[in-house]
Amino acid sequence: MGTTSEALIVCEHCDTVHQRLALSRGEVARCARCGKVLQRHYRLSTNAMLALIVTALIVFVQANMWPIVMLGLSGQHNSATLWGVIIAMWREDAGIVSVLVAATLFFLPLLKMLQLGWLLWFARQGRRAPGFVPMMVGLHYLNPWTMSEVFVLGALVAIVKAHAYFDVTPEPGIYAYAALTVLITVFAGIDVRQLWRTPGVAA
Amino acid sequence: MNALPRAAELGLIGCHVCGLVCRDAHAAAGAAQVVACPRCGVALHRRKPASYSRTWALLIAAFIMYIPANVVPIMRTASLNDVDDNTIISGVVELWKNGSPDLAIIVFAASIVVPMLKFLALGTLLVSSRRGSNWARQQRAGLYRLVELVGYWSMLDVFVVSLLTALVRFSVLSRVEPLPGVIYFGLTVVLTMLASMSFDPRLIWDGRDTDD
Repeated sequence: MGTTSEALIVCEHCDTVHQRLALSRGEVARCARCGKVLQRHYRLSTNAMLALIVTALIVFVQANMWPIVMLGLSGQHNSATLWGVIIAMWREDAGIVSVLVAATLFFLPLLKMLQLGWLLWFARQGRRAPGFVPMMVGLHYLNPWTMSEVFVLGALVAIVKAHAYFDVTPEPGIYAYAALTVLITVFAGIDVRQLWRTPGVAA
Repeated sequence: MNALPRAAELGLIGCHVCGLVCRDAHAAAGAAQVVACPRCGVALHRRKPASYSRTWALLIAAFIMYIPANVVPIMRTASLNDVDDNTIISGVVELWKNGSPDLAIIVFAASIVVPMLKFLALGTLLVSSRRGSNWARQQRAGLYRLVELVGYWSMLDVFVVSLLTALVRFSVLSRVEPLPGVIYFGLTVVLTMLASMSFDPRLIWDGRDTDD
């Protein structure tokens, strides 16, 4: 072996060295020492992943533009969008929370989808996207900080809490968020790192 | 040689960002030298730098934030004839009584069980790994994976308070305001996430008996 090896995998959680395997459909390779997943077989082609990201982006725009829930009390009605939530928290002197919500539910998910879309768009043509290396590194770091799926559960809890005192009407935004959660779950299983080794994309 | 060789024993390093397996050039370059991954350019480390002290510092900071997060109310509900301040636990109790016990259990798990699990699990991992203990290594590795998996779900209550604040704005009739507890709680979640990221699970296996 030279200074690097594509034939080996080092387990991130216990440092054990394994041979990279050719997996067939549905197979998962786990570390023999600690049990961490080392490799998965991916059914989705680059095209399918790109289609998924574009769909997720469209749904994301809708989830952010449309109101999420409407409350009614004695003839008055109030509804809120995600940005309404961010602004409300800012005005109520909870600036840290407002920034956290904006980052984990808006900016970082958007950045993640745009970067993935960009990388996959070029990968589909068998090319390496401009800015490939910094984007791949960036994706690695921002990955744990996107929380749209937690927000959906939070909206459900808020609806049930409000239901005791108000007339609650779900608005289209909540359905867009639910759809987004399904899409996120599908591509959460995708290890972006495979792009480092995709033919034509790898340097 | 061991049946399951470890990268450090073979003079290899797996890049923690892109996963590329590289020959450890630290010895040739001098130990103090920064050696970058040839593929992604991020500095290579045999272990995460200063993992014990960073993880302890973040975990203790998180615990300090966790006390006011539970004691100080997170949300005020004001209506015409009454003002009601809720802490995390009283919010769970109210949800259990007035809404849905199922959701109350989920909120209890996300807001109380998950943060406690993170403090206990990371504390246990830090102490046992520092002592080079070979006790229940498989289970400790599994515990770390669990902490990584469920960690961010604690943000649930922060999102609930934020959404209610934006929704319940009926001037004098009814209003919801966030109270400082929710800020402490948000900071607790972020700090525990940073703590679990700075812990290096390879330390679990670095003890005196590397063979199992």
